Amino acid sequence: MTAPAQLDRPDVDDATTPDRPWVTIVWNDPINLMSYVTHVLMELFGYPREKAEAMMQDVHNKGRAAVSNGTREQMEIDVARLHAKGLWATLQQD
Amino acid sequence: MKFSRRSGSVVARVDEVEAALLTALAGDLLELLGPAEPVGTDPLAALVGIADRPLDLPEDPALARLLPDAYPDDDAASADFRRYTEGDLRAGKRERAEAVLASLAPYPRGGRVPLDAALVDAWLGVLNDLRLVLGTRLEVTEETDFDPDADSDDPAEQALHVYAWLGAVQESLLACVVRR
Repeated sequence: MTAPAQLDRPDVDDATTPDRPWVTIVWNDPINLMSYVTHVLMELFGYPREKAEAMMQDVHNKGRAAVSNGTREQMEIDVARLHAKGLWATLQQD
Repeated sequence: MKFSRRSGSVVARVDEVEAALLTALAGDLLELLGPAEPVGTDPLAALVGIADRPLDLPEDPALARLLPDAYPDDDAASADFRRYTEGDLRAGKRERAEAVLASLAPYPRGGRVPLDAALVDAWLGVLNDLRLVLGTRLEVTEETDFDPDADSDDPAEQALHVYAWLGAVQESLLACVVRR
């Protein structure tokens, strides 16, 4: 019989903490129509018009807006769908 | 170009010049996007539709705008993301351009072009891709102004004219289909 091994406390690296959500960011650009950005956010995410318009206004006025959050894998899918629609989107950990 | 909607289906009224212009532009877009095959020589990677290595941001700014990086501060993660997704992104954009060309093909002199829901999506996407390409090439800003009545031989002015026309067409198609 062996004594239980002494384990060091694992180091927890902030950068890989799994419960810190990832976010998808849409960035302002001078080309996409405001009406088109709203349309895409409603269509891809099922957001009601008011929510999609508020996000679009944030993109327009603040330069960027977080449009969805979740796991890294989910955000990569959202970014790919937004790129398919021509929006300038990126993902990052919140 | 005018759009109307009756019992759920959309009709684009296109004149001869508009049909020729949109056909030429969609063809240019296909050329810019390049072939549909994934990058590389690895047959297994090609079989599943991915590149056989991480891919860099395209050097052409217009193509880079169509196929942007996914990670703002991480080139390696962006290149890896691109390896798995860029092929699909290109293919989707190619399919939309081909669908727009096919929808216009029966109407070389213009006419009433019926657009079902899938074609509306394809048209909106292609109009947007064309605006991204032209707008990037012309370096437009939110302040870019243009005179719709300007009669100019300057190619840049003419391109700006086309850019503004594409925006007006996209706006009117959106107005025709948006959920209220």
